[in-house]
Amino acid sequence: MAPAPSSTNSAVTLNINGEKHTLTVDHRTTLLDALRERLDLTGTKKGCDQGQCGACTVLLDGRRAVSCLQLAVAAEGREITTIEGVAQGEKLHPVQQAFLDLDGYQCGYCTPGQICSAIAVIEEHAAGWPSAATDDVRPAAAPPPLTPEEIRERMSGNLCRCGAYVSIVQAVARAAGIETEAAQTEGVETEGAAA
Amino acid sequence: MREFTYQRALDVSGAVALLDADPDARFLGGGTNLVDLMKTGVERPAQLVDVRELPLDHIEVTGDGGLRIGATVTNSDLAAHPEVRGRYPALAQAVLAGASGQLRNMATIGGNLLQRTRCGYFADVTKPCNKRVPGSGCPAATGEHHNHAILGASEHCVATHPSDMGVALAAFDAVITYETIDGPGELPLAEFYLPVGDTPHLETALPPGALITGVTLPPAPVAAHSRYRKVRERASYAFAIGSIAAALDARDGVVRDVRLAFGAVASHPWRARTAERALVGAPADAAAFAAAADAELAAAKPLPHNGYKVTLMRNLVVAVLTELAEEAAR
Repeated sequence: MAPAPSSTNSAVTLNINGEKHTLTVDHRTTLLDALRERLDLTGTKKGCDQGQCGACTVLLDGRRAVSCLQLAVAAEGREITTIEGVAQGEKLHPVQQAFLDLDGYQCGYCTPGQICSAIAVIEEHAAGWPSAATDDVRPAAAPPPLTPEEIRERMSGNLCRCGAYVSIVQAVARAAGIETEAAQTEGVETEGAAA
Repeated sequence: MREFTYQRALDVSGAVALLDADPDARFLGGGTNLVDLMKTGVERPAQLVDVRELPLDHIEVTGDGGLRIGATVTNSDLAAHPEVRGRYPALAQAVLAGASGQLRNMATIGGNLLQRTRCGYFADVTKPCNKRVPGSGCPAATGEHHNHAILGASEHCVATHPSDMGVALAAFDAVITYETIDGPGELPLAEFYLPVGDTPHLETALPPGALITGVTLPPAPVAAHSRYRKVRERASYAFAIGSIAAALDARDGVVRDVRLAFGAVASHPWRARTAERALVGAPADAAAFAAAADAELAAAKPLPHNGYKVTLMRNLVVAVLTELAEEAAR
């Protein structure tokens, strides 16, 4: 529905985690603020509010995006997935489980953004997308393996001020079905402690 | 932030008509630069015309073997496209070198070309800036300018253009197509960005209200042997302090064709034509590459705190062309 041209707010219907939410937003409202302040979906975090830290990462039509630079009114019609929507009921998403198992966080503030980003990283890699860490981007070259270097480059839009990067890289690798040497060691210790 | 009306454009002619009727309106693509600038008050549009859903999101091989890239293609889709990666690998590399995965998913090709400088004085509305407020002055000339221009700047503005993609497009003779209320038009990238002179607030030759509809790359066999290298102050997710898009066709140790463009050194992607002219027919070796770089950089006018860029760009030319020459010799 097209808003009246003289108006600076609009009624929008946002499709979030499979549910439709209808609300009236001032056009200046970012998707991030709509989620947190209007819809009580506070899992998505506000860090820099300038598109530089990745704490507000959500999935738009399955692709990761920073919700702080996405106007809510412009998100109408798109499939929005937040951290609240990535698990299947009580069963955590494999990326969530890997972050838990491998301590991919310290304070946890950046974690929802890290997890949403990592979910998309694994899909982008599976689709054959190269990255800035890929030696040869030509299609004739084999798709790059998801090495720690590739994970670090692909996750560089998500800052962690606690510096949990080492275990974040291990968690992303495990969720992708790749075991780094360090994660194997870490995993044995974790299991040993639990047993 | 100033209040604004919002319209979602359904077709190109409708989008152009909306903008033509309102000089205070802006097109909204991915919003990664515009929304940020609206938050800080650098941009204060009264109307946004959302063009993200226009049917301009295709990449096609043209009849002559070039590429046509629609304006709403995202950075991610451009960099992932097999024809881009195969025919113009430096273009895919340049796009991948910029921003983050999240921002590349949002940002569009049209918006990428029109993004504004990351000069800190431009971004801070409490400071003078000739680009933001004509005639107010340029604190960068005597202030913080370690990442400002060494080529083509003026006393009125020393800001650089931040695009990585644009550097590769400059090397490959891209042509920008646009639509206005009076019909379509096109501009070669070399004429798209205006010289700084005493009008740094006028950045492009696009007519008022024009909507970029796409970018056409002419066929360039040399581009299949190309590379983009970016130097920045951290390993990832930062703007360049110097970058280069290079393509080389060398046979029997002699340069047959070469393309060179520099990023983060000027107000626009800098096509290094002087260096290219010096190289065609020259030996494909480090001495010739260095001489060509010196010829290009003879025009450099570094500021007190960015003289390192002259050395950096010289080293980049030699390093990247040497790699391409070694690959050609294999």
